[in-house]
Amino acid sequence: MKAPAFDYARPRDVAEAVKLLAEGGRPAAGTQSLGPMLNLRVAHPTLLVDLRGIEELRSVSEGESAVTLGACITHAQIEDRKVPDPTGGMMPSVAASIAYRAVRNRGTIGGSLAHADPAADWPTALTLLNAVVLIEGSKGKRETPVESFVTGIFTTVLAPDELVVALRIPKRSRRARYGYWKFCRKAGEFANAIGAVLDDPETNESRAVMGALSGPPRLVKDARTFEDAVMTFNAAHTGEDAYSRRLHTVALKRAFAQIQ
Amino acid sequence: MTGKGVGARLPRKEDRRFLLGQGEYVANIRLPGMLEVAFVRSPMAHGRIQAIKKPSGLESLVFTAEDLDGVKPIRAVSALKGFKPSEQPILARDKVRQVGELVAMCVAQTRAESEDLADLTEISLEELPAVVDMLEARLNPPALVHEDWGDNVFLESLVDDDLSSIQREAKVQIKRQIRTARQHMSPMEGRGVVCEWNRRLGQLVMYSAAQMPHINRAGLAECLGIDQGSIRVVAPDVGGGFGYKGILLPEEVALAWLCRRLGRPVRWIEDRREQLSANANCREHHYDLTLYADAGGKILGIDCEATVDSGAYSSYPFSACLEAAQVGSILPGPYKMDRYRCRTWSVATNKAPILPYRGVARTGVCFALELMIDAAARELGIEPHEMRLANLVQPSEMPFNNITKKHFDSGDYPEAVRRAADMIGLTKIRERQKNKEKSERRIGVGFSIYCEQAAHGTSVYYGWGIPMVPGYEQCAARLTPDGVLELRIGAHSHGQGMETTLAQVANTILGIDPDSVRLIHGDTALTPYSTGTWGSRSMVMSGGAVAAACDAIGARVKAIASKLLEVAAADLTLDSGFVCVAGTDRRLSLAEVAHVWYRKPQLLPADVDPAGLETTAGYKAKVDTGTFSYACHAAAVAVDTETGHVEILDYVIVEDGGTLVNPMIADGQVYGGTAQGVGTALYEEMPFDAQGQPLATTLADYLLPSATEVPAMRIDHLETSSPYTRFGQKGIGEGGAIAPPSAIANAVNDALAPLGVEITESPLTPRRIVEALLKVGQ
Repeated sequence: MKAPAFDYARPRDVAEAVKLLAEGGRPAAGTQSLGPMLNLRVAHPTLLVDLRGIEELRSVSEGESAVTLGACITHAQIEDRKVPDPTGGMMPSVAASIAYRAVRNRGTIGGSLAHADPAADWPTALTLLNAVVLIEGSKGKRETPVESFVTGIFTTVLAPDELVVALRIPKRSRRARYGYWKFCRKAGEFANAIGAVLDDPETNESRAVMGALSGPPRLVKDARTFEDAVMTFNAAHTGEDAYSRRLHTVALKRAFAQIQ
Repeated sequence: MTGKGVGARLPRKEDRRFLLGQGEYVANIRLPGMLEVAFVRSPMAHGRIQAIKKPSGLESLVFTAEDLDGVKPIRAVSALKGFKPSEQPILARDKVRQVGELVAMCVAQTRAESEDLADLTEISLEELPAVVDMLEARLNPPALVHEDWGDNVFLESLVDDDLSSIQREAKVQIKRQIRTARQHMSPMEGRGVVCEWNRRLGQLVMYSAAQMPHINRAGLAECLGIDQGSIRVVAPDVGGGFGYKGILLPEEVALAWLCRRLGRPVRWIEDRREQLSANANCREHHYDLTLYADAGGKILGIDCEATVDSGAYSSYPFSACLEAAQVGSILPGPYKMDRYRCRTWSVATNKAPILPYRGVARTGVCFALELMIDAAARELGIEPHEMRLANLVQPSEMPFNNITKKHFDSGDYPEAVRRAADMIGLTKIRERQKNKEKSERRIGVGFSIYCEQAAHGTSVYYGWGIPMVPGYEQCAARLTPDGVLELRIGAHSHGQGMETTLAQVANTILGIDPDSVRLIHGDTALTPYSTGTWGSRSMVMSGGAVAAACDAIGARVKAIASKLLEVAAADLTLDSGFVCVAGTDRRLSLAEVAHVWYRKPQLLPADVDPAGLETTAGYKAKVDTGTFSYACHAAAVAVDTETGHVEILDYVIVEDGGTLVNPMIADGQVYGGTAQGVGTALYEEMPFDAQGQPLATTLADYLLPSATEVPAMRIDHLETSSPYTRFGQKGIGEGGAIAPPSAIANAVNDALAPLGVEITESPLTPRRIVEALLKVGQ
């Protein structure tokens, strides 16, 4: 299990990175998913573009209504509150539950989202938080809400020459409450089901997300109660068997129970 | 007993180097000019090889079966009547019979480059129907794994009996189908081989992660067609074995051939994917059981049909029949009964051979029988531990021959059950069950008892007629000129702590400080022949041999000292590293005696025994049917009936390992084995698809328990000495891994019984539990 040969580049800014991607390069950040894929020889890039040398991707800014986190901010930085938290504790607690500390030390929020493993935490959590993905490519910059960024299992709207540059996450009021419950076979494993809910009386938002499905996370925007939310999900269910439906329903119920 | 001898909780001597990262494993060995090997493996479970195309221009770096002149396949026979031996090719020739089977061998400067060569090698296969399910393989085979056999059965065995009387008398007949998943052994270190041909000595030197180096040597000699003197097998530090490293792998034979062909050292280090998908499979049993009992819970008899999925080949040296045929002989265990009938099949499938894993057949047997006991107890309305007490052999009946003529040496089985029930707090748990907690959280308690036959020898094994029959165990001992005791043994220590425990044995006999004892093992050139470390035998067998060698050295030391001190040898005693004249303060240290022997022989009279301070002594137990250690495990669990998650609330073990040579190391064996047993119970499973593709080929898919999943278990020891061993010690290496699956499953079933759910398949995954609940509308 040794990676096949590939070229390696370490650009210093986003423009240079995008140029390398346009030439067929493949982006690499924390390599917590890509590393094993290389060694298992299921990924065969000819050129690996290491994004960790790009200052901009590690930058953080805080505005009045949102916090913007560079794509290469690690799970550990979020867990340790080394970067501003727009969610009053929700993001650090999600980060702390990702895999193991060794993974969190290197794995990045942008990489996790762009990889779009349905069982990962950030696609579900960032959908719940109504985050916006800031993208840059050969044709310039664009933005898209997370809920339309992930399109399927390991698939997103990113073109091969585009890069996730940052995530803009809205600030919530002090009265916002969150529920986040996931089922893992054992500590540190990917989730079999995730339920996530957000209730912010000041912005009048009631969102619920079901994650770790056999597709992108599912969002219900006006989810006042568990019963409402689950009915919407059940109506749209595809591809999940009875066991999986049961787990997802329970995850959602327990996420709601956390904000009762 | 002294402060550092048999019975002392001495810290492990070997831990210093392990904890400082100074252990040396096969993968640490770098020989000058060494090349790296990667294998082309079969992507298909069953297929006919049509062509193998080596990469153009690089043909000389890729080897196939055609190239292996004079190399014979691995043949592990058994003398049991009707056994059909298989021929396991080193590199596949006409057919492939499992995913991951070796097809070609590629060599390059680095592993990555040899993997590149493997990627460039093209194999064309004609797909044949895959034989995947063991029951289908036997009853309705889609194909034949070995076409000349006429069926897919390595061996059928029968322990026959007339059950008609108990069928009439029985108050209850409990019938169940019970299944255990195919598993995978996961030592921290995988297999690994470095081979070099020494031209000066005309000798192959193989460094291999092996627990039975002398047996590897014997198997290699057979396959390569060279004498055993031309082979030296060195097993350096080995990071866990569990049975997997007792097997002769085709990879070892292939590299042994290759290093001579190339005239350069070669190395193959198994990666986790090779290990998971191709090599280290174990344990896949199916049971069709009927248990007959009277109204009071007394077992009248058992009727069993057991099928074991043995995989594609018979592995060297234990063969494909060890697992299933053992089921027939060990199922009744410590329970008394009047009648017993058992038919077993070892079935060939297009999957990796199953290899003996810690506990071998016992884990499956214990799961099957202990679930049956609980099912019967529920049916009869008796407490499960009471049902066990009603049927276990009593201490007054020891030694005891059970219904399959297994000879139990000693022990108090009922006491283990009583103590376990007390430790787990059975009464309190029953109270707690009455006061329902949250409706989705159900509490249950489960018991399991087993026995572990260990260090069983010639009389047990000769009947199997497999390539290896254990006989006598030797230790070669030498007192060096400065008074250090060197002990050479042919067994291997790879987690057992034998560098410490055998030094404790020497301390008990000679009074020598364990720090002055050096264990030399893991090298066929330096050690006496041994079948190696397996079957929980080393503390009994190597311990016995070391004791015998120390006795002999002690007598030699006394003989020399008697000349120097001018007293009769009978008046001398050995104490704390000194030879002492009884009743006086005159004494000589072992070092002083050795110094005279080697460096100042002029001080010795002419009639001194010239044999000196070096000797080989051997050991075989008076009764060689083995020691029977045993334990009762009890688990308290909470089952989340919404998710199927099982939380272990408490776990207790009452263990009897006879005289414990080092109670701390014995506890370590129990902890480690139990952790593996938790994996068997709840997590570990190697599933296959309908085409025979293994579906858990990384540790992201094959779940092993980690620190957070293993409970803080509590251990209590009974210490019933074995009457048959040197110090009363019993083998306990495997026991911890045997009982947890049934103890935990019984606890889950106890929790779910009010809902009408009973799980009879391991592991008890959330999916299995939820699907069973869904089936009854819960």
